[in-house]
Amino acid sequence: MSPRAPSLLSSVRGHGDPAADSGYPDHPPRVGFFTDTSLCIGCKACEVACKEWNQVPEDGLNFTGMSLDNSEGLSAETWRHVAFIEQRKPIADSQTNMQRGLATVIDLALDGAPAQAPSLPRLPASAQDGRDGDFRWLMSSDVCKHCTDAACLDVCPTGALMRSEFGTVVVQEDICNGCGYCVPACPYGVIDKREEDGRVFKCTLCYDRLGEGMEPACAKACPTNSIQFGELDELRERAGRRVEQLQESGVEDACLYGHDPADGVGGDGAFFLLLDEPEVYGLPPDPVATTRELPRMWRHAALAAAGLLGAVGVSVAGRR
Amino acid sequence: MSSSDVTVDGLKGIRPGREAMTGSNHVREGQPGKRRRRRGGRGSMVPEAEFSSYYGRPIVKEATWAAPDIAGYLFLGGLAGASSALAAGAQLSGRPGLARPLKLGACGAIYVSLAALVHDLGRPSRFLNMLRVFKPTSPMSVGVWILSAYAPAATAAALGELSGRARALTVAGSTAAGLLGPAVASYTAVLIANTATPAWHDGHREMPFVFVGSAASAAAGLGLLCAPLRENAPALRLAVIGASVEMAAVQVMERRIGIVAENYHQGRAGKLMRTAEALTLAGVAGALTRGRRSRRVSALSGAALLAASACARFGIFDAGLRSARDPRYTVTPQRERLQAQRG
Repeated sequence: MSPRAPSLLSSVRGHGDPAADSGYPDHPPRVGFFTDTSLCIGCKACEVACKEWNQVPEDGLNFTGMSLDNSEGLSAETWRHVAFIEQRKPIADSQTNMQRGLATVIDLALDGAPAQAPSLPRLPASAQDGRDGDFRWLMSSDVCKHCTDAACLDVCPTGALMRSEFGTVVVQEDICNGCGYCVPACPYGVIDKREEDGRVFKCTLCYDRLGEGMEPACAKACPTNSIQFGELDELRERAGRRVEQLQESGVEDACLYGHDPADGVGGDGAFFLLLDEPEVYGLPPDPVATTRELPRMWRHAALAAAGLLGAVGVSVAGRR
Repeated sequence: MSSSDVTVDGLKGIRPGREAMTGSNHVREGQPGKRRRRRGGRGSMVPEAEFSSYYGRPIVKEATWAAPDIAGYLFLGGLAGASSALAAGAQLSGRPGLARPLKLGACGAIYVSLAALVHDLGRPSRFLNMLRVFKPTSPMSVGVWILSAYAPAATAAALGELSGRARALTVAGSTAAGLLGPAVASYTAVLIANTATPAWHDGHREMPFVFVGSAASAAAGLGLLCAPLRENAPALRLAVIGASVEMAAVQVMERRIGIVAENYHQGRAGKLMRTAEALTLAGVAGALTRGRRSRRVSALSGAALLAASACARFGIFDAGLRSARDPRYTVTPQRERLQAQRG
C-alpha cells in the first residue's frame, strides 16, 4: 500500500485520526483489521504466519485441554491468538438454512431435481432429541486492537511505544527499557514482557510490511478472509453490511466489537464481528483507556499532597 | 479417485461415540458460555454477580513488577517523601533532634528506592531512557522527573546534616525536599491507579489519600522511633492525622468499588491489610498513651507504624495482582457500567 493523502472523511471527523494527532500532518490513511469470526475455521494459519514473519520465539508446547487452543492467549510470544469456544447452543436459524441448502444439493445429486420440500439430512439421534444435541464451535483470532486512545502508548515513560503514520501502535525495541508499565495498562491484556529478554512485545500490524505496500502476514495467510486488512473507514462500512447480512439470515447473536469511535478507547484499529458476548471470547465488555480518568487522578494526588503539607504544618505548629 | 471415509453420516466404519465432545472432561468453573452465579464475598453490600469468561482465564495482564522492588518502593518512596516534609517542618520549628533522623532516613529510603526501581527494569542498563521525554500522560515519567529533583535535594539535606557544614545549602536542600516530598508520596498512587488493574484503577479517587495517609503515618513512625521524647510531639500528631486519613480513605474506597473490594479482604492481600490496620491502631494507641512518657514505648509504637505502612503497601500491591488474575473483577464492573448506561 503506497502512502496516499489522508482521506477527506478522516480529516473531517477530527476524532479517529490518531496519526494526525501524533504529528503526521500528511499521512497515509489509517489501516487496521476487521476480524470476522463467523468466517474463522480455527486453522491457526494466522498464528503461524505471524510467528514466522516476525520471528517471534517459541514459547513452549503446551496442552491446555481448552478445546483446540494451546497457545492460551495473547502474549509477548503470541501476537495472534485463536480462541476456541464449545457451546451447547444452536447457531440459530442459519443452521437450518445451511442444512436446508445442503439437503437441496444432496437431493439434486441423487435425483437430478430438487425435492418439493427439502428434508433435513439425518442427524445423530441425540441431536434430534433436543437441546443436548445443540452444539456450536466459535473460533476467533485475537490480536492487538491498535486503539485510537492507546493506554499502553500513553503510559510509556520512555517513548518506546509510538504511533505510526498508519495510525497503528508500535514498540521501538531499541528504546524500550522494560519498565513494564504498559503491561497492566492495556485494557485488553495484549502487550506483555518477554522475561528472558526484558523488553515488551506485541503485534506491530506488520509495520515493516505496511511500508512496502504489503498486507500483514496474518491477513495474507488467512484462507477464509476472516482476517480482513484495509483502510479502517472502509472496513467499518464493510463490517456494518456484514453484520446486517448475518442478522437477516438468522444469526441474531452477530454483533460488532470495537468498531465504535465513541467507545472507551476511541474505537479499535482492529475490530471484530462476534457471535456471543465479548467476555466469552476473553475480551472485556466495556474497555476504557485508563488515562481518560488521569486528569481527575492528578487533581486528587495534588490535593492529597497539599493535605500532607498542611498536616505537617499543623503537627509542627504546636508548642510541645 | 477420492477415498475419503468422511460421509454425511460421519466417519465410515469408525464412528465417534454419540456423546463425544472435545473438552467435555473440562466442564468446570469458567467454562465458556456457561453463565454462573456467584455471591459477592461481603454479602449485603455486593450484588450477585453474573459473568462468563474464556476458560476462566484473566482478561487483563497482571503487572510484571516484582513485589520486593515495587511494593517496597511504594513504601519507601512514601516514607522518604513524608519524612522530608516532616523534617523540614521540624527544622523550621526548631526541633533538630526530630529533623536529623528524618532527613537521614528520607535520603536512605530514596536511594534504596532508586536502586529497586532500576533493578525492576527489564533492561536496567537503559534506565536513562526514562529521561528522553516528559509525558504528563505517564505517571511513571512524571515520577521520574519528580525523583530527579527530589533525590538531590534530600541528599543535600542529609549530607549537610551529617557534615554540619554549608549551612545555607543544607537549609535549601531540606526545604526543597520538604516541598517536593508530598509529591513523591502521592504520585505513586496515580502510578498504580492509572492501569487496567481493577483493584488499583477502580480505587483511583481515594488511592492518593490512602497513600499520603500511609506515608504520613510511616514518617511519623520514624520520628517516634528515633527522636528524643521532648521533640516528638509533632510526630505523634502527624501519626494520628495520617492513620485517620488512611483508614478513612480505605473504608470509602472499599465501599465504592463493590465486588472488587474482595481483593482487599481475601488471600495474602487480606492478611496484609488486616495486619496493617492492627499495627496502625496499636502504634497510634501506644504513642498516645505510655509513649508520651516512655522512650521505649514511643520507639515501639513508631516501629509498629512503619511496619503498618509497609504491610499496607504490600497488601495493596498484592490485591491489584490478585484482581487482575480473576476475569470476574474485570467483567462484572464493566457489565454493571454498561447496564447503568442503558438505564
